Amino acid sequence: MKVASVKHSSVDGLGLMLGRPAYTADLMAKNSLIVKVLRSPHAFAKIVSIDTSNAQQMTGVECILTAKDFKRFAYTRAGQGYPEPSPHDKFVFDEYVRYVGDEVCAVACVDEATALEALKAIKVEYQVLEPVLDFEAAINHSSIIHPEPEIHEMFPIGFEPKKNIAASYQMHVGDVEKTLTSSDVVVDEVFYTHAQAHSMMEPHSVNTRLDYMNRLVMYSSTQTPFHVRRILSQVLTFPLSKIRVIKPRVGGGFGGKQAIHGEIICSAVTLITKKPATLTYTRKEVFESSYSRHPMRLSIKLGATKEGVLKAIDCHILSDTGAYGEHALTVFMVAGSKVLPLYNKVDSVRFHGEVVYTNHTPAGAFRGYGAIQGNFALESAIDILCKKLDVDPIEFRMKNMIKEGETSPIFSIMGEGTEGTAMNMDTCKLPFCVQKGKELIDWTKTYPNKSVSQDIKEGVGMAIAMQGSGIPYIDMGAATIKLNDDGFFNLLVGATEIGQGSDTVLSQIAAEALETDLSNVIVYSSDSDLTPFDPGAYASSTTYVSGNAVYLAALSMKKRLITEAALALRCEEELIRYDGIGFTNTNTNEQITLKQLSNRLFYNHDQKQLMITESYVGHKSPPPFMAGFVRVQVDTSTGEVRVVDYVSVVDCGTTINPMLARGQVEGAIIQGIGMTLYEEATYSSQGRLHQNDFLSYHIPTRKELPHLTTVFADSYEESGPYGAKSVGEIGIDTPPAAIANAIYNACGIRLTTLPFTPEKVLQAIHSLKEKLR
Amino acid sequence: MNEIRFWLNGKEVHHPYEPTKRLLDVLRDHYSLTGAKEGCGEGECGACSVLIDSLIYPACITPLAHVSNAQVYTIEGIKTLPSYAIIEEAFIEEGAVQCGICTPGMVMATLALLKKTPHPTLEQIKDGISGNLCRCTGYNMIVKAVLRASLKGESPW
Repeated sequence: MKVASVKHSSVDGLGLMLGRPAYTADLMAKNSLIVKVLRSPHAFAKIVSIDTSNAQQMTGVECILTAKDFKRFAYTRAGQGYPEPSPHDKFVFDEYVRYVGDEVCAVACVDEATALEALKAIKVEYQVLEPVLDFEAAINHSSIIHPEPEIHEMFPIGFEPKKNIAASYQMHVGDVEKTLTSSDVVVDEVFYTHAQAHSMMEPHSVNTRLDYMNRLVMYSSTQTPFHVRRILSQVLTFPLSKIRVIKPRVGGGFGGKQAIHGEIICSAVTLITKKPATLTYTRKEVFESSYSRHPMRLSIKLGATKEGVLKAIDCHILSDTGAYGEHALTVFMVAGSKVLPLYNKVDSVRFHGEVVYTNHTPAGAFRGYGAIQGNFALESAIDILCKKLDVDPIEFRMKNMIKEGETSPIFSIMGEGTEGTAMNMDTCKLPFCVQKGKELIDWTKTYPNKSVSQDIKEGVGMAIAMQGSGIPYIDMGAATIKLNDDGFFNLLVGATEIGQGSDTVLSQIAAEALETDLSNVIVYSSDSDLTPFDPGAYASSTTYVSGNAVYLAALSMKKRLITEAALALRCEEELIRYDGIGFTNTNTNEQITLKQLSNRLFYNHDQKQLMITESYVGHKSPPPFMAGFVRVQVDTSTGEVRVVDYVSVVDCGTTINPMLARGQVEGAIIQGIGMTLYEEATYSSQGRLHQNDFLSYHIPTRKELPHLTTVFADSYEESGPYGAKSVGEIGIDTPPAAIANAIYNACGIRLTTLPFTPEKVLQAIHSLKEKLR
Repeated sequence: MNEIRFWLNGKEVHHPYEPTKRLLDVLRDHYSLTGAKEGCGEGECGACSVLIDSLIYPACITPLAHVSNAQVYTIEGIKTLPSYAIIEEAFIEEGAVQCGICTPGMVMATLALLKKTPHPTLEQIKDGISGNLCRCTGYNMIVKAVLRASLKGESPW
């Protein structure tokens, strides 16, 4: 391969570095109205009245929107394919507010200062209700968070709002109770994960305007431009054909921009006032009023023989979706479906649980999407089991984990909200990943621990993980390739570049298939008027699903070029040899360059525009795999945990761009470390999120950067474009469990509640000392 | 006094007297300089970093009055410097740009660091530019890029 699997600088890096206008906030129309949302100060309340009269009279206030301005229509902001597996439980504005930060009404004003004054001038009378703030007490709580009759599920997802249940599910293979009873060794543990915040550097931003055709044109920092268009049309009853959604450059998403955020309110302002408008979340709004990762309680039981063969996994999860059920069912299911198959040789497995409403900031899609929560529980429990069995955790995993050519019944049982898709692991280099990681962390010499000083204990730990590559039989990606005069190509994709490098990777796939240089492929992505459909950047799908569409389109284009070359060179197509620069009639040695052929097609003979669209929908979702190894130092006097080394060995098939793939893994590892050690999300007794800025919410800075080693396994997934699987999410899955295991190995404390703050570590150390005394 | 004078990217400008206006808004809205980005509005993320008399400042919490008579440089103003070319090459080669929204600020911080410490150690790099947050890269590639830039030839900083 010449272009795919080769390090290439990103196609857009230079212009972004220079700060050229590229992001939503850079592209708003001049004199846009500034839209601001009035947000609830209460965790749960009924709105008795809203008095906007004072605000209405203020100079510069152009528009005030309340529930009265919208038809009553229940929808989901989740930003998924249709019909969505998330309950339709949201109204643009409702008579209830369900978390601190929920939307009450909105203003649009000539400038920001006026907008902020107008918000202050609006008087809202609330009837404060008792909130549900403990997700373990949510089911059958006396407060029903969603009493409204219009809300509904699109297909059965176990939706029981009267019990505060947004979704529920259960599956089993074999008789797990029986297997556990007959197991020699059983582990029974409970784990808690918390509401990590995405903290992408660009806040959610949208701007809207009417163009000269009286169509609504929107720029949005979204991961799902086509879903945004569809949902907007449904909610506002505005024709889909009159909406154009453009996703310009996006400053990071990580799942946080899969959902609808300000798009509907901003559009309504423009449709009512006929003026351009813009709505950009403040950082406080990003924390409090977008959404977070689902906090979960994961109860897990493992059963094994004394010889170290895993026989049973029993997992119950209670997941907190907050005030609205965005991604409620699917994140929870992925905690099973992309975790449990790691140990596919068990006799029985059960996965069940409920996703509950609370009066917390809603939870939604976030890189890892349940797999990180499930992985933390399972991979911690496996180490606990190994301790009981007195076996090396690597040896245990090598014996019990899934391997190439194998399968798991879970693949066909569990999909994302629906049944799954059976598949064999055509590529699974886990044994290599584990072996290589073991060498790189120097496991043999450093496991389990060493003492650095009297207070500082060092330990190593590890975990294995898997993810997926798109949602098979559901998500379809498409690509169009257009030939230009002079012989270069436009690549038009719906696929959504959000900083992960998809524009570059998809261009590389096209260039490889067209046997041309990367500079000959001009990519343009995510514009609902101009590019073909794509579900968007989620579910680790872009390289695999959209990449396959690009690959097919490029192959079709090449075939068409050969047809045209045969016409030009007056021979059979079979006689044409194409070398990326030109075509040769192998009988006569007559040649025509691609440039000449293109110009001929545009201006001279057989004139036509070559433009080809192909689409792809996955028939399976080949998982990328990885092994993560970590060395930590625990300061037993302060409780501080420092990550010293992190080794990642990843099987993502071919790395279409090794540099960008490494960037995905390393960025995800650091996000995972942040979730594990620093990024705490806590609520006041009234339900207000404590952490709503970068001072109180500590994402990793350079100072917390450990030594990172990232290695890719030699792997080629036949079903992927040039052998690729996905790489966007897999990197985030291992840090919680690997670090928990390393802390245990360092100093004997088993932490089961994330994040591992110095306070928790110190408490655990003290309890351990008490116990030993 | 009805104006504030300062030098913006080397050119003298006389701006209407709006002393409490955020420098970030003045740069973006009045001078159409989009290189400084608003990430947090609280001076914590560094996406809006600019140089004021060679020191790095977050423009989002800098009132316009603060730059009276000062030299203000944004990414748009340093792009012609030989030092920028070195940093640019290093960032691109090391893959330090992902979503790109923190990058102009990161480059400004790099320049400020290298002006002060032309040959920083790894620790000095981590320390010197810890005011700029990045959520995409995990910093490894950025630190390598700064190191690479610092190793390039003699100090043009």
